[in-house]
Amino acid sequence: MAKVIEGLYYSESHEFVRVEGNCCYIGITDYAQNALGNVVYVDLPDEDEEITAGEEFGAVESVKAASDLNSPISGTVIEVNNALENNPELINKDAFENWIIKVEMSDKSELENLMDAKTYEEFCIK
Amino acid sequence: MQPFGGFDMPIQYSSIIEEHNAVRNDCGVFDVSHMGEVTVKGNDAERYVNHIFTNDITNAPIGKIYYGMMLYPNGGTVDDLLVYKMAPNDFFIVINASNIDKDIKWMQENSAGFDIELTDRSDYYAQLAIQGPKSEDVMLSVLNLECKELEFYTVKTINIREESVIISRTGYTGEDGFEIYASHDFICRQWDKLMESGRVKPCGLGCRDTLRFEVGLPLYGDELSETISPVMAGLGMFCKLDKNEFIGKEVIAKQKSEGVKQKIVGIELADNAIPRHGYDVLFSGNKIGEVTTGYHSISTDKSVCMALIDSERSKTGTEVEVQIRKKTFKGTVINKKFYGKHYKKD
Repeated sequence: MAKVIEGLYYSESHEFVRVEGNCCYIGITDYAQNALGNVVYVDLPDEDEEITAGEEFGAVESVKAASDLNSPISGTVIEVNNALENNPELINKDAFENWIIKVEMSDKSELENLMDAKTYEEFCIK
Repeated sequence: MQPFGGFDMPIQYSSIIEEHNAVRNDCGVFDVSHMGEVTVKGNDAERYVNHIFTNDITNAPIGKIYYGMMLYPNGGTVDDLLVYKMAPNDFFIVINASNIDKDIKWMQENSAGFDIELTDRSDYYAQLAIQGPKSEDVMLSVLNLECKELEFYTVKTINIREESVIISRTGYTGEDGFEIYASHDFICRQWDKLMESGRVKPCGLGCRDTLRFEVGLPLYGDELSETISPVMAGLGMFCKLDKNEFIGKEVIAKQKSEGVKQKIVGIELADNAIPRHGYDVLFSGNKIGEVTTGYHSISTDKSVCMALIDSERSKTGTEVEVQIRKKTFKGTVINKKFYGKHYKKD
């Protein structure tokens, strides 16, 4: 059973959002890393890049395939997790701990479009 | 599970990397029952197989296996296949699952005037591939199948409980190994024995592809196709021009003497980004071809791909670029055997 953490926001494309004030950390969920298998490459955006809710901002690659990362919210990338560049497998070790980007949100109300932990858990079972 | 050639196939049982490494270092087993099998028997069987097949089986020793292709008259590839010589004028042919219907139709259409009996046995035969340096030992100690004397690319038939079981020293991984063809019942029993033994890792389609890719073996649909000839794929040595004839021979002879416009090459990337099938290959910003298969190679820890590119840029050492999503990455043309084969050859 995939791990789901209370207090985070979740997208239908299996990204999580952890909010800290006006900023948030975005990564992929435990369910997603498990479905992908061994992560061997993370295509990271640049810092200062503008991202838009629903649009692709990078990719996570397993041995077999590339999966787009879709941004759950809009804003500006203020930090990328550079540890993933050389150690992409950290995502398999702990997907929630190893976030991918930190974003300054431009519209916090977009969080309302996302799922809470309970809804996401049910979404994954379906 | 993934649909593949009309079958539901597991991509992985545990993890592609673990399964891949098991085959490189120890032993793995693949359920490859999806593969197609055809028998050709009769007075003209040898002449017929030589007609549709690029390799030369004239006076082949019994028990020998040949790799080659079936071609269209224009040199495009119908399929790549293995031909097993079981007895005089008796051949067992292994074809790709996704091409079974097309191949059978092609074989039938080109059988006019030959006294042969062509039978599609794909539904009868199930198949296991036992692959890796410990395969010979696993065959003996777990399955009680003595295979020590079986040489690389040879086959033998043994009778077990009135069933004829075909065993060959072949595979699609670049490692030593065996393939067993028999009834579904027999194959299921062997699978169970292998799983109970704990000696062998079950392997899925995922690592089957990473393993064959690293040693430069082609996959039909990627490195060979209706538009990619064996010469373009660097497999011209399996097209024997010194035999009388085979379908496609004229074009292949021309391609061998005059060269081809595009070739399959290997490309190594400087970065860890992964080139995938269909991505563009560029030279000074201009498209010169496309990636046919690419991975972050598990055995060599490098991002590499095979690609079909313009022959004029195919020289080893040529600096090219691969377009991966929004970015371009630098790469170098290298030999497409990214990892050495470890076959058992005396």
